[in-house]
Amino acid sequence: MGSPQVVRVGNNTSARLILNTWPLVCAPAYHLVLEGILILWIIRLLFSKTYKLQERSDLTEKEKEDLIEEWQPEPLVPPMSKDHPSLNYDIVTGPPSHKIIVNGKECINFASFNFLGFLDNERVKQKALTSLRRYGVGTCGPRGFYGTFDVHLELEDRLAKFMKTEEAIIYSYGFATIASAIPAYSKRGDIVFVDEAACFSIQKGLQASRSFIKYFKHNDMEDLERLLKEQEIEDQRNPRKARVTRRFIIVEGLYINTADVCPLPDLVKLKYKYKVRIFLEESMSFGVLGEHGRGVTEHFGVNIDDIDLISANMENAVASIGGFCCGRSFVIDHQRLSGQGYCFSASLPPMLAAAAIEALNIMEEDPEIFAILREKCKHVHKALQESPGVKVIGEAYAPALHLQLERSSGSRDTDVKMLRSIVDYCLERQIALTLARYLDKEERFLPPPSIRVVVTIEQTEEDIEKAASCIREAALAILK
Amino acid sequence: TQQSFENPPMYVAVMTYLGFGIVTLFGYFRDFLRAVGLEKCHIAREREEQKDFVPLYQDFENFYTRNLYMRVRDNWNRPICSLPGPVFDVMERVSPDYNWTFSLTGKTIDNVINMGSYNYLGFAENDGDFLKTVADRTQQYGLGVCSTRQEMGNLAIHEELEQLVATFLGVESSMIFGMGFATNSMNIPALVGKGCLILSDELNHTSLILGARLSGATIWVFKHNNMQSLERLLREAVCSGQPRTHRPWRKVLIMVEGIYSMEGSVVRLPDIVALKKKYKAYLYLDEAHSIGAVGPTGRGVTELFGLDPSDIDVMMGTFTKSFGAAGGYIAGKKELVDSLRSHSHSAVYASAMSPPVTEQILRAMKCIMGLDGTTVGQARVHQLAENTRYFRSRLQEMGFIIYGNDDSPVVPILLYMPGKVVAFSRAMLKRKIGVVVVGFPATPITEARARFCLSAAHTKAMLDQVMYTCALLPTHVINIGLGVSMG
Repeated sequence: MGSPQVVRVGNNTSARLILNTWPLVCAPAYHLVLEGILILWIIRLLFSKTYKLQERSDLTEKEKEDLIEEWQPEPLVPPMSKDHPSLNYDIVTGPPSHKIIVNGKECINFASFNFLGFLDNERVKQKALTSLRRYGVGTCGPRGFYGTFDVHLELEDRLAKFMKTEEAIIYSYGFATIASAIPAYSKRGDIVFVDEAACFSIQKGLQASRSFIKYFKHNDMEDLERLLKEQEIEDQRNPRKARVTRRFIIVEGLYINTADVCPLPDLVKLKYKYKVRIFLEESMSFGVLGEHGRGVTEHFGVNIDDIDLISANMENAVASIGGFCCGRSFVIDHQRLSGQGYCFSASLPPMLAAAAIEALNIMEEDPEIFAILREKCKHVHKALQESPGVKVIGEAYAPALHLQLERSSGSRDTDVKMLRSIVDYCLERQIALTLARYLDKEERFLPPPSIRVVVTIEQTEEDIEKAASCIREAALAILK
Repeated sequence: TQQSFENPPMYVAVMTYLGFGIVTLFGYFRDFLRAVGLEKCHIAREREEQKDFVPLYQDFENFYTRNLYMRVRDNWNRPICSLPGPVFDVMERVSPDYNWTFSLTGKTIDNVINMGSYNYLGFAENDGDFLKTVADRTQQYGLGVCSTRQEMGNLAIHEELEQLVATFLGVESSMIFGMGFATNSMNIPALVGKGCLILSDELNHTSLILGARLSGATIWVFKHNNMQSLERLLREAVCSGQPRTHRPWRKVLIMVEGIYSMEGSVVRLPDIVALKKKYKAYLYLDEAHSIGAVGPTGRGVTELFGLDPSDIDVMMGTFTKSFGAAGGYIAGKKELVDSLRSHSHSAVYASAMSPPVTEQILRAMKCIMGLDGTTVGQARVHQLAENTRYFRSRLQEMGFIIYGNDDSPVVPILLYMPGKVVAFSRAMLKRKIGVVVVGFPATPITEARARFCLSAAHTKAMLDQVMYTCALLPTHVINIGLGVSMG
């Protein structure tokens, strides 16, 4: 690296420039790189914003001690009055089967979601006992660490075959099923269109996913289309972002809060028109709708491959514990590593899985039970129509109906008290009913207070007549 | 009691990073080959009709799964076909295409020593006599409940179990839930909300983190079991209040676990209780792994440290590990449990616990407490403590690097490198011992480990066999280091 030689260049600017920069070019590479980095750093510092120092950083020790002395936190839990309505549970002694003993009185069960009567089924119990004698009760581990039993693999296989999908995955708790499935696919930045009447577990799954949530009015396809169109306009403004933003529609087959069915064919049309994926929650419709009990896809004759993910719990019609998701392997297999309730929780006890398999066996052998259940539902729906002061909410073939007050008193507490009196009246006369329970402060769209009336296949004509007349009397007596 | 966390030698850390780097590069190369078509692509595909939808998964999200996890995934999700007792039968799987698909051969590997299941007190059993009451309940009640606790699912046996759990722990009352994971994720939001502060240990379980996130409270993380870090955060919280507005926090909740399942460490409970009293914070103790497994009579970490259970504001635990069942509980003062009875998400929306599972917990708990008239329960608690002491001390003598507290039945052995972890698991299964191995991302990248879970049902002969098999493995699988003594 010698000194620049003296050369006559005259007024040629470019040559002068070259000469002046010659030592720079001759310098070793690390030197250049270092200087380059320093220059960039200085530019960054010049342009970054300044921020104030925290004022609290110079509290003296004495002041800190005083603050610690003075601070009074709230009590861990707020005080509750002794006769808070949700504090006193109804106690069921003995099994919650068709004849149920509530608060010491034997009643006919119109409150447990035992739609197909599998809770008392001898075959199911025997299979569970065989499993108990072989495997014990618990699995002592999550699926990844020796918690996968052959019964789990068998149940997943059977569920996939029953629903005619490629694969199924089981969870050990019904609530955790959809609440773990949603955040596995939908992340921050993705968009989810949900029905307003979606159940609480869907809401928790959405909260865990941190996606953008857009609610559309219950079963209102025009409202949904409006939201989808708005999103389309948004997409055209920012196509690069739109290419990576996943979109989902989440609906239930039979809604637990309103007992009506989602318009699935219209949803599938919207799916292909706006390129949105559909997640279907079928806890209430699995084992209820459809000729073979396959749910709302069979009910409407929709191709099951058109639905990206079907999730259901096994705690209603199947009368066991747990839940499952089914669909194509492309979709379902992802949950085996990303579903939190699957990876980080112990697996389903084998006896409960064995009970579910036997329930599936019975459902496959005897598809008439679904038609019988639907008949009974129609019967109950009709019988409850004549009750004065209360109206029946729900489709005629829905097994879990709601009875709401025809005219609300204006205050939710008073309504709840009146409905509770009707329930107590019926309990006195040996009909077991229950209020539909919600967490008032946590629900996004709190449904109006109602009584749940559940139809099961074990209820006879007399039982239904007795219940209907009892409700009629209660309504007359209490709601005058 | 001692807790040890030795650091790996430098060359091990370097080799581990190098190893990951090489595998990552190789992964990119394989992706390229798949894209070009030179390699068969086994990955499941989107439907033809939906090809123009926004892709469900981004390529980079699944890079790790496709290229690293797939090659070695035969070490996890191993299916078994027997009771998860001290020995079990593992179903044999083969893969014709390097772990993309598995098929069961129909044969089983019998009597594999089980060092992976959380069966601390050996209650995973199928003895007809022990399980008689469970069988009776199944016959009487059926399997499910088909309702929630607040509706028609509150059975008398649930209330019986709740009273027993409260007596067992020495607290006023308790409430039970159907799933351990859900106990955290559904009840923490019922206790804290916006404007509250949660101080959570670095290595808390996913269910605690999910519960904290769903609650809407602010979460600050303190270094694992580090009391200085926790105290600094507490002082900051009380003195500065909420960020920007400086309003005082409504409540401060410290969330810790009894035994951390990946580290084997035990929480420094006396220090935390002292801190919480000084700063008026509340303590949430998750005893998933420690209830039944530590303490002279199996009452958990409170007993281990000789503390008063009423010092812990919220005692939470699960029934999956030491009781051989499923589900969880939260126990504490009556006001706390009453509040949960009306505000817990689980009580309102989730199914109640299954009756046979409830009965299993009842009988296991009565056994531990000695209420069934025998000393079987206490014998098991002592046997577990014996096994723990023996196993840990012998392994340390042999020169293995073990993490965790001397009293904890969870024994992680550090293997550091991902390749070794995989080779260890496969070699042990060949020698009829089932171990659990964990690597990145469940552990830090340089701290891949094998984890042994001891059980009261393990005999000394089984433990000896496990230890000597480990010691006799070839050094390319496990490098024990200097000073190995086999005496």
